[in-house]
Amino acid sequence: MATMKFLLHDGSSRNVPLIDGTSLMQLARDHGVPGIDGDCGGACACGTCHVVVGSAWLKTVGARTAEEQQMLAMTPDVQPGSRLACQITASAALDGLEVRVPEYQM
Amino acid sequence: MKTTIPLSKLINAPARKLVDRALAAAQARVPIPLQIRSLHLLLKARQRLLRQLPFPVPVEAPIPPVDEVALGDIDVSNPFLYRQGRWLEYFRRLREEAPVHYRPHSPFGAFWSITRYDDILAVDKNHEDFSAEPFIILGSPPEGLDVEMFIAMDPPRHDVQRKAVQEVVAPKNLQEMEGLIRSRVQDVLDRLPENQPFNWVPTVSIELTARMLATLLDFPYDERHKLVYWSDLAAGSAEATGGTSDTHETFVAVADMARHFTRLWHDKAARSAAGEKPGFDLISLMQGNPDTADLVRRPMEFLGNLALLIVGGNDTTRNSMSAGVLALNQYPDEFAKLRANPGLIPNMVSEIIRWQTPLAYMRRVATRDLVFGGQFIRKGDKLVMWYASGNRDERKFERADDFIIDRPNARQHMAFGYGVHRCMGNRLAELQLKILWEELLARFETIEVVGEPERVQSNFVRGYSELMVRVQRKVAAG
Repeated sequence: MATMKFLLHDGSSRNVPLIDGTSLMQLARDHGVPGIDGDCGGACACGTCHVVVGSAWLKTVGARTAEEQQMLAMTPDVQPGSRLACQITASAALDGLEVRVPEYQM
Repeated sequence: MKTTIPLSKLINAPARKLVDRALAAAQARVPIPLQIRSLHLLLKARQRLLRQLPFPVPVEAPIPPVDEVALGDIDVSNPFLYRQGRWLEYFRRLREEAPVHYRPHSPFGAFWSITRYDDILAVDKNHEDFSAEPFIILGSPPEGLDVEMFIAMDPPRHDVQRKAVQEVVAPKNLQEMEGLIRSRVQDVLDRLPENQPFNWVPTVSIELTARMLATLLDFPYDERHKLVYWSDLAAGSAEATGGTSDTHETFVAVADMARHFTRLWHDKAARSAAGEKPGFDLISLMQGNPDTADLVRRPMEFLGNLALLIVGGNDTTRNSMSAGVLALNQYPDEFAKLRANPGLIPNMVSEIIRWQTPLAYMRRVATRDLVFGGQFIRKGDKLVMWYASGNRDERKFERADDFIIDRPNARQHMAFGYGVHRCMGNRLAELQLKILWEELLARFETIEVVGEPERVQSNFVRGYSELMVRVQRKVAAG
């Protein structure tokens, strides 16, 4: 089964199975991945499921949308690969993906 | 047919322009308290010479049950709706029958009410069609006190100013503050009288929020109650929210607030010029950021942003602190659930905020003609996003009116707003409430509400002025 990995701020990581059509935010919440809040439940409206996608994966995952940009604009530690996990949909194409979870969500 | 133009109109417009120009020029040079005083004089003069009537004082009258009112006559701007306990039925009817509802006449002008969760979310996320400028409250603040705040600015100006100050309540800073917050909560709770009713609102809720505000602003600790006084006046103006503040008293208070904060600003600037390491308080952060380093020279923005942070951290947390006690008393089974499992506190904190929704709404203005929820909305129309109603929307929350501390989607409440204006103090608010409940459970056997609470008069702030409570301490173990 296709899986992906959340790299946590404390240096540990969590593997989660990729369930087709589910957002990465939902996957993180369902598997109790710490550091992903997802306050709004996936509406791209709160900015608390911030993850950073490494440059190697950015092309496959895709760049952030204008709507995400609006929410991420205020995030202090925004990076070129910053995305909102609720706006990335799991699929087999993301098998092996690694994303970094920032220290804080706000 | 002859049209008569009232004399006041003729004088008013050009005179206003002149005054505005002079004001802008003077603002950077004249001390702020003097400016406020002269604006106050101007307002008084206008009211006297030009016969401008002061905003009518809201007078309380019994509000009829909603079924006795025609849909078009429903006016949810009534500042007594919450106090009289009618708000639930009025908003339920709007959600069912007219989720995008137009009210052509109200003391605050015409406005649309958006009352369903999903509709509010859509408006809140769309700052291009729905502007937060110039004000986020239903009415307008008294003339001369229409200070500028970033909560009522659109991007990109909003982003610049918010970024400059949000670090003060960023999670990183909160970690540093947790110990301090806890020791203060312990101190306040240890002094509570036992087996004797007291008013929870000033004794616990106001006291704790005042201490927190004084810390965030590095405001003289002994004078912290001034912050509460200013905040209550600023949020309670009749023309803005239907509240009880006296306009002239508010002018005096704002001038006093300006004096205190200007002094604090210059004092801090002098200390850092002398080589002192800047603190991690709001004013030091503003001074350290090139975008806001000269904010003191833009008085209306300076005052506005300070007022925003004070009001934002005052009524909201205060009333959530009171609401938790009230809700757990109204739902004793939930209190039992909490005692059996204190691990539910974080989720309960979200549920308290959902259930209370201490600020009822935010206002927007349509930037173009558009159709929303099947209604034609004109450019310039006011829209009110009723968070208090969205948080009771049965489409989103099962048994929405009930207080359920382990509600699975409590975190998705909209009391913090959504989109670019989402409350930047949300994590601090949650932290304060979490600590309060941890310390309460550790200390008290019972926390009992012993009288009907007194609710405040406002269409904006949903809060309590009196909540009589009796507590009983746990018997020391051992």
